[in-house]
Amino acid sequence: MNPATRRHVIRLALVVAAMFGFGYALVPLYNVVCQITGLNGKTTRVASEEAAAFEPDLDRWVTVEFVANVNAGLPWTFAPVVHRMKVHPGRLYDARFVATNLSTEPLIGQAVPSVAPGEAAKHFQKTECFCFTRQRFAAGETRELPLRFVIDPRLPKHVKTVTLSYTFFDVTSTAKAETETTQTQN
Amino acid sequence: MSSATAHEAHHEEHPSGIMRWITTTNHKDIGTLYLWFAFIMLFIGGAMALVIRAELFQPGLQFVDPQFFNSMTTMHALIMIFGAVMPAFTGLANWLIPMMIGAPDMALPRMNNWSFWILPFAFTILLSTLFMEGGGPAGGWTLYPPLTLQTGHALPFVILSIHMMGLSSIMGAINIIATVLNMRAPGMTLMKMPLFVWTWLITAYLLIAVMPVLAGGVTMLLTDKFFGTSFFNAAGGGDPVMFQHIFWFFGHPEVYILILPSFGVISSIVPTFARKPLFGYSSMVYATASIAFLSFIVWAHHMFTVGMPLSGELFFMFATMLIAVPTGVKVFNWVATMWKGAMTFETPMLFALGFIIMFTIGGFSGLMLAIAPADFQYHDSYFVVAHFHYVLVPGSVFAIIAAVYYWLPKWTGHMYNERLGKIHFWLSTIFVNLTFFPMHFVGLAGMPRRIPDYALQFADYNALSSIGAFGFGLSQLLFLYIVIQAVRGGAKADDKVWEGAQGLEWTLPSPPPYHSFSTPPVVK
Repeated sequence: MNPATRRHVIRLALVVAAMFGFGYALVPLYNVVCQITGLNGKTTRVASEEAAAFEPDLDRWVTVEFVANVNAGLPWTFAPVVHRMKVHPGRLYDARFVATNLSTEPLIGQAVPSVAPGEAAKHFQKTECFCFTRQRFAAGETRELPLRFVIDPRLPKHVKTVTLSYTFFDVTSTAKAETETTQTQN
Repeated sequence: MSSATAHEAHHEEHPSGIMRWITTTNHKDIGTLYLWFAFIMLFIGGAMALVIRAELFQPGLQFVDPQFFNSMTTMHALIMIFGAVMPAFTGLANWLIPMMIGAPDMALPRMNNWSFWILPFAFTILLSTLFMEGGGPAGGWTLYPPLTLQTGHALPFVILSIHMMGLSSIMGAINIIATVLNMRAPGMTLMKMPLFVWTWLITAYLLIAVMPVLAGGVTMLLTDKFFGTSFFNAAGGGDPVMFQHIFWFFGHPEVYILILPSFGVISSIVPTFARKPLFGYSSMVYATASIAFLSFIVWAHHMFTVGMPLSGELFFMFATMLIAVPTGVKVFNWVATMWKGAMTFETPMLFALGFIIMFTIGGFSGLMLAIAPADFQYHDSYFVVAHFHYVLVPGSVFAIIAAVYYWLPKWTGHMYNERLGKIHFWLSTIFVNLTFFPMHFVGLAGMPRRIPDYALQFADYNALSSIGAFGFGLSQLLFLYIVIQAVRGGAKADDKVWEGAQGLEWTLPSPPPYHSFSTPPVVK
């Protein structure tokens, strides 16, 4: 192989490797873009002190709607206790959801939130949420799941209604696999 | 690699029989292997298309169950894209690029052998999935999760075969770039290269840039399914829409990988039969490069209905429409080349003219699909099927057929049967339009893609499409016959073959010697 060809082959192989890496780099890039723009309704978690620093805007009302879904054919029921609330931006509120494990097996669930419209997503901030952690349910257990949120007063003026949707996923198998891995590692 | 002189001394002693083909490092042998492989895949993928069209001949479920129908649409796409069109173009590149730039062979002959011989294994694995528990892949060639993760035992095999296809085309692309950049004859500057070489050089860069991204995407699918990662699994904080972004970041440049070499083929054929030099050579080069660049920033037009802010829809809509400008430059250049030319209409020219007209029809329906608000109606309907089949069948496939007729006398030393060639052209053109034109209408009327059954009002047009598809498929058997006839014998072709032909490949004898240019020609 003459030196010029060798140089080209090495450079092109490096480009191939870099583009394979770029495919993976798209994953964090995608999440960053979604966080900045609020695309896909990805919500943020804030510390309660930060939320307490907001000045409540008592002249403004925003309707918050709660939607709860269970992913395809799971033996659960999952619903909000209150379906809609009128809130002031900048003030902390509590809401509750109720979930029941209808099966005869213990299950582990994970709720994934999404906010519509997308531009409201980064202004919908939770200080406490059952969606931060996996929820273990014994067979037949019913439990209330708490949520504490605040709407950032910087929410664009034209947004009058914010919808918070949760989808409940069964992560029992993944959670088990992870526990086993940690145990073998120990 | 052994020294060039030693190789020269032994080159007549290559093994015979099957070992000749397995161990060959000769660009002409490998080109031939690629072309026959593509031909076989065309018939396998075509048979799958005929299963689809037979099922859709009438409403209701006739021949196959819906799961198998879906795996037919998925496999048809994978086989035609990765097995037929891409290897056919790589085969043309192998045969023609060294002859066009005055080189003795490709720059990396052994890698060339490897990149071809991966393919039969990749497609054997892919086809074997049809016999596995749970059937072949049926979630569409776009492999969107979570649907595609519900594939049965086939999934890891499909992903392995996609990795192998990707590896093969990346190696082919590296070889082509190294050949074009290092092995040109003295005096052959970049801006003197034939357009087929230019379009392939740009295509090779596209392949190197995007095939690894697809490899990354399907690897993520694999780890999501078997190793507990959550790239696309919402329960673990992932997002299935992200797969669509990764896929189409590969997928849109991929569709230009499938069409750019055909622009090169048409740019070689039209000047020959118009007996005029190509109009606007340098604008053709720049237009090809602009199309390649734009292909990286338009991917989300495949996803208008997935959910995107208005500014995103506008950006991707306008960027997509911008591609019509360099493509228009090409079409007008071809028309200007023919203007006042002394034209004759041999079979390659007929296929080239068919390409220009029907590819433009496909281009216009592409513009319609680019309009974001209109796309909400067209998305996932048969209108999309009509669009991409117009650019791929009377587009890419016609260009490949035109190239085969054009260079076959050079490759074999025999003229093909011109009369049968013309019959092949007219049958293909009539049936391809009968197949795909009615799909525009059923699509606009609301028939969705990828369904084995449909509402009664679409019955007449679907029956026409099915008749067209069987006619088109059978016409290709005539093509096979014509090619075999020319390989086995026929009227002797002279070196130049065509009166108006230009370029180094026509200075070689027909058929050309095993090693093309042992002493490089000088290009003035």
